[in-house]
Amino acid sequence: MPIVTLAEAVASHVRDGDSLALEGFTHLIPFAAGQEIIRQRRRDLHLIRMTPDLVYDQMIGAGCANRLTFSWGGNPGVGSAHRIREAIESGWPQPLAISEHSHAGMAAAYTAGAARLPFGMLRGYLGTDLADVNPAVRGVICPYTGERLATVPALNPDVTILHAQKADRAGNVLISGILGAQKEAGLAARKLLVTVEEVVDHLDAPMNAVVLPHWVVTAVACVPGGAWPSYARGYYPRDNAFYIAWDEISRDRGRFTDWIARYVLETPDFNGFLARLRADGVGP
Amino acid sequence: MTTPATAPPWTADEMMTVTAARMLWNGCVCFVGIGLPSAAANLARLLHAPDIVLIYESGTIGTRPDVLPLSIGDGELAETAGTVVPLPEIFAYWLQSGRIDVGFLGAAQVDRFANLNSTVIGPYDRPKVRLPGAGGAPEIAAHARQVFVVLKQSARSFVPKLDFVSSGGFLTGGGARRRSGAPGSGPQAIITDYGVLKPQPDSEELALVARYETVAAADAVKATGWPLAVAEELEIIAPPTAAELEVLRALHARTHTAHSRPVKLPV
Repeated sequence: MPIVTLAEAVASHVRDGDSLALEGFTHLIPFAAGQEIIRQRRRDLHLIRMTPDLVYDQMIGAGCANRLTFSWGGNPGVGSAHRIREAIESGWPQPLAISEHSHAGMAAAYTAGAARLPFGMLRGYLGTDLADVNPAVRGVICPYTGERLATVPALNPDVTILHAQKADRAGNVLISGILGAQKEAGLAARKLLVTVEEVVDHLDAPMNAVVLPHWVVTAVACVPGGAWPSYARGYYPRDNAFYIAWDEISRDRGRFTDWIARYVLETPDFNGFLARLRADGVGP
Repeated sequence: MTTPATAPPWTADEMMTVTAARMLWNGCVCFVGIGLPSAAANLARLLHAPDIVLIYESGTIGTRPDVLPLSIGDGELAETAGTVVPLPEIFAYWLQSGRIDVGFLGAAQVDRFANLNSTVIGPYDRPKVRLPGAGGAPEIAAHARQVFVVLKQSARSFVPKLDFVSSGGFLTGGGARRRSGAPGSGPQAIITDYGVLKPQPDSEELALVARYETVAAADAVKATGWPLAVAEELEIIAPPTAAELEVLRALHARTHTAHSRPVKLPV
């Protein structure tokens, strides 16, 4: 399990057309990895994520994806994810097919994926129209009680990318704080890439901590700050002011495209991205 | 809305938040949505319900935030929680298992049977406005023992027919929800900027049962896209007290300061 640069991890393991999950529920969102995928101009990705917020707003607006599987897509506490909205409403920069779930459904699909079961099951989607617009939402009769339960097909992304606090030099990864479905999405994937705040000699993981052992991790890259503007517990808080500012940056196609060009496409890596934001007086 | 001789010294949002907070009791286990429901639940905790158990879908159980979260997973929620569990666990072990007393939701549209739309305005395939989507709401609406909804009332939001049912209320009414197998009792109160709507017995159609003293029932009817039933004995909701307003405004002020604070990365 090699420790590599983020650019090497993306170049080696993310292909055009892949199904790709960047997980992290508000916390530990792998923003740097999403931007590196934009920088390397990956196309036709099937993006999977429970809450496609700013990270997928950037990737979808930059033209990386043609399909989205999700359960809630917006700018949390602020409003619309404007780039996702425009892709769905008017097909810009390209049409985006959607496969829509509830959170409980997505969670069940990842859990099934991690267990390599064919489907996840829940007492869900009751009385909603979601099953009418998503043919993947079906049902099964319980063989013990006769109750009809909802089913969702397992999610097994080609690649899952997570951000975590720490890895050791062998590539064991420690995650703490709000976990979302990171562990399930990680174990459901064919390849698992992880960016971390720091690489340490000893993980010193408390018993029962969430540790992804090195032998389920495909590659680790050390990218301090790589979850910004989301947060990494113990390192930096969520930059709520940037989430609010993103509403204006992303509202207009032109302004968004200029932002992606200036800060992502024209910078060599995440450090370059931060340096340019700071040089412009808008950096963290 | 009728304009009173002098506008009351509080906003519609404050009145709704206070009204919603009063409905939560001490010790209640409440699954909280972001925005106004979160403000109301924390106001209740700071006033009359110090032992309310607040659960956010990010996995934070028994959280006691000092400032309101902007997102459902702000660090403040985790740092002040009794425990933080993985997200699949929240929906399976804590919600679907029937441990939630009150689910507290917002929406973009509601219909006369308290079904909710937070998905799309216009056709699903050719949306006029694509909204964020259902998130945790469908299963909260199905499983919480009861559901409270907060939503400003207008003919655009209180509609005869939803463009999309994201979360089931009483479906087509008259017991349809119960027959669907949904375990919870469904939406028991819709808190609006006119008052409170509750389902009527048998039909399960929403009726206005309480109003603020600053509005007339006729105005609430006008702000509804279907012929809204009005209870014969309409309760008048007491205006916010000075203490309620003081605590709520201090909470919002702390929150605003915290959310405006610049973040400096340690790198």
